Amino acid sequence: MSTQELMAELARRIPAERLLQRPAQLAPYESDALTAFRSRPLAVVLAETQEDVIQTVRLCHRYSVPFVARGSGTSLSGGSLPVPDGILIALNKLNRILRIDIDTRVAVVEPGVVNLDVSRAVAAQGLYYAPDPSSQLICTIGGNVAFNSGGAHCLKYGMTANHVLGIKAVLPDGEVVQLGGNSLESVGPDLTGFFVGSEGLFGIALEITLRLLPKPERYRTVLAAYSSLAAAGNAVAQVVASGLLPGAMEIMDALAIEAAEAAVHAGYPRDAAALLIVELEGEEIQVEAEFAHLLQVIESSGPDEVRVAVDDADRARIWKGRKSAFSAVGRLSPDYIVQDGVVPRSRLGEALATIERLSRKHELRVANVFHAGDGNLHPLILYDGRVAGELERAEVLAGEIIAMCIELGGSITGEHGVGMEKRQHMPAMFAETDLEVMATLRRGLDPAELANRGKMFPGSEAPALHSRGPHPLEQQGIISRE
Amino acid sequence: MAHAVETCVHCGFCLATCPTYKVLGEEMDSPRGRIILMKEVLEGAMPTADALPYVDRCLGCMACVTACPSGVEYGHLLTPFRAMAERERSRPPINRAARTLVKETLPYPDRFRLAFQGGRVGRWLRGALPGELGAMLDMLPDALPSAEPLPEVYPAQGPPRARVALLAGCVQQVLAPQINWTTLRVLARNGVETIIPRGQGCCGSLSLHIGEAGQARELARKNLAAFPDDVDAIITNAAGCGSGMHEYGLLFAGEPDRAVAEAFSHRVRDITLFLDELGLIAPPALPAPLTVAYHDACHLAHAQRITAPPRRLLAMIPNLTIVEVPEGELCCGSAGTYNLEQPELARQIGERKARNIISVAPQAVVTGNIGCMNQIKVHLEMLEQPLPIWHTVEVLDLAYTGA
Repeated sequence: MSTQELMAELARRIPAERLLQRPAQLAPYESDALTAFRSRPLAVVLAETQEDVIQTVRLCHRYSVPFVARGSGTSLSGGSLPVPDGILIALNKLNRILRIDIDTRVAVVEPGVVNLDVSRAVAAQGLYYAPDPSSQLICTIGGNVAFNSGGAHCLKYGMTANHVLGIKAVLPDGEVVQLGGNSLESVGPDLTGFFVGSEGLFGIALEITLRLLPKPERYRTVLAAYSSLAAAGNAVAQVVASGLLPGAMEIMDALAIEAAEAAVHAGYPRDAAALLIVELEGEEIQVEAEFAHLLQVIESSGPDEVRVAVDDADRARIWKGRKSAFSAVGRLSPDYIVQDGVVPRSRLGEALATIERLSRKHELRVANVFHAGDGNLHPLILYDGRVAGELERAEVLAGEIIAMCIELGGSITGEHGVGMEKRQHMPAMFAETDLEVMATLRRGLDPAELANRGKMFPGSEAPALHSRGPHPLEQQGIISRE
Repeated sequence: MAHAVETCVHCGFCLATCPTYKVLGEEMDSPRGRIILMKEVLEGAMPTADALPYVDRCLGCMACVTACPSGVEYGHLLTPFRAMAERERSRPPINRAARTLVKETLPYPDRFRLAFQGGRVGRWLRGALPGELGAMLDMLPDALPSAEPLPEVYPAQGPPRARVALLAGCVQQVLAPQINWTTLRVLARNGVETIIPRGQGCCGSLSLHIGEAGQARELARKNLAAFPDDVDAIITNAAGCGSGMHEYGLLFAGEPDRAVAEAFSHRVRDITLFLDELGLIAPPALPAPLTVAYHDACHLAHAQRITAPPRRLLAMIPNLTIVEVPEGELCCGSAGTYNLEQPELARQIGERKARNIISVAPQAVVTGNIGCMNQIKVHLEMLEQPLPIWHTVEVLDLAYTGA
């Protein structure tokens, strides 16, 4: 058996306390942040050095055993879901910041470094790392690279791909390569760009060279409450049309506001149907001039209430609420599906109206919290896995929302990636030839499809959707939720 | 219990504040990992013994509860789970002996004083003692401070503003009796009369922490009987006790005196919260500028959500500067009996806390819990950077007395 030989080889190279094999050690790794899927790996390798990763990948290649890389396990698309009988390579302990160069504004980090820790490490020098996924306090740079993660402030600064200059990676066959370098300009094809967003199919990043930016001198954060989602959507269109380019423009609907308020007491207007958060940032003089302009635009968009963050603590609370919103929805519903579709900004109002209609049609609540500035929707479909048929209805509703995004000229994913969750929607987005070209590229690097097998492409073998159903103790009547 | 399991959406926001995950980097040693393990056991999919090593390593610091956007009441899962597991588990004799020693001495000041004398003698045998017993000896100070016994009533100075009852506590009144005395002085200075009811005892938190719910209830009942109803608040000055007494409702679930216990718990106030709500009489300036690091005790910050009041009180002292400690939400590793039960992890977590404190170069450390005070002191000394460690009321007293 090749897996037995692999395990024996791994045991020779990885100390027992970092080669997890017992059920109690594997169960906590069965899911990432998309718990609708679960799958138990053969073993987990807790990598502490780049050599650990390279050796593990080489062994997996030699014995033709699939492997999956995992950082903090915060993927919302099931991107780091283990493959049954495969090896899970945990990278969260491979977390050294190797080099910081303040003059050239570059940081070289290992994949397990937490996103926010990069900014913390250079804060005293007045720099920061711009991409800010909502999970930035725990998600890792390796995962950000694999999924080309976005965040609220990517409206102005672009996604992860715009901030990665170079990557040292181990390819699925164990070869170690250096892509890109230290600067944005390079000769030849943009191989770094090719790797970023490849969802772990092209191997594992070992060292990532990141671009750092000077911290904005001034922030102005404005909250505007509206009596309808459409009105908030229209306000976004008006801000864009005015020529302003805010750092971030976010919308939350009533359900999302309720959840976030319960979680962090952000001080949002509670009875609003929709809340728009607009943040200007940059040099003092420019921000103040834009701020006056922005207030005029917002005032003319018919808000019920406008509030401006009074200090840094207030601003931090506003963002904490927004960034906690997904998880906070766990307070409102036992289960939910997070969607990540994109629509052209100009059709935002239309898209939101359709989602509302679909929500009524399927009799499931949908909470909306999204990056309005770049048309990246995050409808959260609330369901109860214990009620027969609700998960299936939620899946249908999710599919219809995705179909709408494609029809409006958008995309099935803005920043969470395809992963497990949106594999089946790939044929709706891409023609067969497109998918074939992607598959050819992938097989060029990984003929046996060992790296993150089963993700991104439809029809590939992977674990089935998992429904929890009532808790066994509930079934026996021992406990209840009332 | 099921509700805590089902509310977890596995987002991972808790990982950043979990001391064991920070140190060990394993999902099994994270809040969401432990929730999965406890769920597997409750569902009968995993033997209790398989999950226990990871559940045992949880400090119970509840930083994850503060961090959780989804509102998972992790403590409501952990405490009953531990009590359930305690009934099933078989412990090695030396471990049982250590727990018995904890259970039978710490909650009782007189016995603890006696045991301390024994521990002094036991130091001769330190090398020959196994893990837990050795670790217990290591935590003992060289000598016990002596102090006058507390009076039954301590009168207010000036026009009376309130009347309260003080929980004198167990371990703290042996190891740091000055905390109760400074509490009395600071309350008096603020026009508060304090009674110290006779017949009171340990709050029961220590017992509950090691899964001995029966003993905890027995101790709690003593306090239910000893404290009068006609006071404005029941004051605690050890975060662990305050948090434990706030959970009397949970501790007495299904018991006939639950309502009494619950009503009692609503009257419990940490000294800093009480003074903040009352309105502190402005203290005079310190004679010289002083920079202190304020350490959030988990049982104050996470279990009672008290972080702003102690800082507001300290900020009222002219000449005092408060600095924030990096990774301030992380536990110091003391966590009740944790440094006795998991000495190696407690050491790693304690050292991390000490290094974080040193990084902001304070002249002293201020906190609101005796366990943290002891743990931080030990670890700063190990790094050869000792600092004075004060309770918040000690600093207020310092300001009032102009010492």
